[in-house]
Amino acid sequence: MSTRETREFMLGEGSGTGSGGQTLQLGVGPAHPAMHGIIRIAAEIDGEYIRKADVEIGYLHRAFEKDCEVGGYNNAIPYTDRLNYVSPLINNFAYASAIEKLLGIEVTERCKYIRTIMSEISRVCDHLTCVGASAMELGAFTVFLYMIKAREFLWELVEDVTGARLTISYGRVGGVKADLPDGFAAKVATAFKETREVLDEVHRLLTGNRIFMDRMVGVGALSREETLAYAITGPLLRAVGVPYDVRRAQPHWAYDRVEFEIPTQKDGDNYARYLVRMAEMEQSMRIAAQALAMIPGGPINVDFEGRPLDPAAYVDQGKQGKTEGLLLHTIRLSPNLQGQNRPAWEQVNTRDKRVILPPKETAYGSIEGLMNHFMLIMEGYGIRPPQGEAYFAAEGANGELGFYVVSDGTDRPYRVRCRPPCLPPVAALPRMIQDEMIADLIPTFGSVNMIGGELDR
Amino acid sequence: MPGGPILQRLTDQFGAGLVETHEYRGDTTAVVERRVVTDVLRACREEPALGFDVLMDLTAVDYSKYPGREDGPRFEVVYHLYSIAHNHRLRVKVRVDEDDAVVPTAVPLWPIANWFEREVWDMFGIRFADHPDLRRLLMYEQFVGHPLRKDYPINRRQPLIGPKA
Repeated sequence: MSTRETREFMLGEGSGTGSGGQTLQLGVGPAHPAMHGIIRIAAEIDGEYIRKADVEIGYLHRAFEKDCEVGGYNNAIPYTDRLNYVSPLINNFAYASAIEKLLGIEVTERCKYIRTIMSEISRVCDHLTCVGASAMELGAFTVFLYMIKAREFLWELVEDVTGARLTISYGRVGGVKADLPDGFAAKVATAFKETREVLDEVHRLLTGNRIFMDRMVGVGALSREETLAYAITGPLLRAVGVPYDVRRAQPHWAYDRVEFEIPTQKDGDNYARYLVRMAEMEQSMRIAAQALAMIPGGPINVDFEGRPLDPAAYVDQGKQGKTEGLLLHTIRLSPNLQGQNRPAWEQVNTRDKRVILPPKETAYGSIEGLMNHFMLIMEGYGIRPPQGEAYFAAEGANGELGFYVVSDGTDRPYRVRCRPPCLPPVAALPRMIQDEMIADLIPTFGSVNMIGGELDR
Repeated sequence: MPGGPILQRLTDQFGAGLVETHEYRGDTTAVVERRVVTDVLRACREEPALGFDVLMDLTAVDYSKYPGREDGPRFEVVYHLYSIAHNHRLRVKVRVDEDDAVVPTAVPLWPIANWFEREVWDMFGIRFADHPDLRRLLMYEQFVGHPLRKDYPINRRQPLIGPKA
């Protein structure tokens, strides 16, 4: 008869100090693939259980808030792209809206709808990346590939509208860079159809999958009280059953005119977060489709009399002072400037000359336009909100994205503060992983959807 | 509750503790004295009619280069509160001088204040009394100075501290 023990030995056991009597310090990251290279978790482990953890951030700090104070108000738009680089459009628009609130101006209806549509497309991209990446970290590589495929369809839409895929810089204080391209609604419908098919496939692969559920159900859970105390918003808050969504609570842009549901779950674990994100993508597509159907202004008909001018000839005429009737001409713009000709410009931008650059035709074709352009570009002029402060909140993909802007009356922001939606959940990460196994750190960290750009700013 | 009644309640309760209140662009603001800030925040959180259960944001502003405020208290610590139940917001501000830049911590009220306050200490050099763990959050430990202060030049470079040779 064998007396051999078949019990498994845990790490840290059998070191002579007695079982469980010694803990081990384990550093996870920043060079760990699942830590995205920008976060370090100093975990104190007992066997395979994490007893205490400290999260170190700041590896991607690049002085966003300080940089904003140096240039004009619109100069910060490209920096906001890099806050949440998975859904940069929402950042653009939220920042622009904060400045508009400070200025007390309204954007055009069409612009509000464009912001709504593009934000929702971004939100779907963000959730696709988050769910796909965290599934991949659990070994479901197929899901990742499927979701990145779907994101590709959406990124093509973003590329159509903004001219770029990632660092889009599409928002402007008082409007957006350009109008939607022709035939955009049809393209969106096709892309959404493809995305829905992918989501169906992912549902069949993951929702109810035994391996996936074993790793996700009951893991990384936070209670409702703790979630609120940690100021966690977005999908993580809705996963504990609080239906808080800035789009519903304090509707910005066109969110008060579309119908959508706020998906919630009760358990607050990783699986609930996954379900909330999957349901939200469907709602986002619903919002975008409704907004596209309701968008005012209709197609842009370039209706003009006379021949279209070549841009170079147009500029030459303007320089020679032959500006008579020049404003009535429509120029043949390069494809790069699609959606930026005067009729489109009028539809998407506020009429406030204090903030919006005039269309190129006006800048080159009339002295008023030239002066307007000059005043906005020259140092010391530009956009100058009155002294004061404003906080604007938008629903980012990770939760409440807030911009707090203080103006001293000059053309540069005195202070720009970004309330990053993913900082609170990362701050609460030690609580989520406490007394859980090391392996569960990965899905929990994935469900937090840490975005280094906005976390470290 | 709209901004007016919120400010009225706070004025009734704290009277002289409130330095000023205003509403601008739809944002309600109460500037309070440092000695009552913990009480104000606790009242905001615990009174059912106010019910500010979420500390949405905590940050600071350095007013040393602000026109007209060069000689006043240098820093303002800014709390953004939100109430899920009532769907209203409030901004609470505390002014502190540079040579006495200490504010009572809000960690016992909201644990998220831990990280927010660490960031404010890191970026502005404002201390939070009784904070359990006031380390830098974004910059590294050996970093000298507080980068979001207005007298910290944006182009100053500091050597990154590598592993010890």
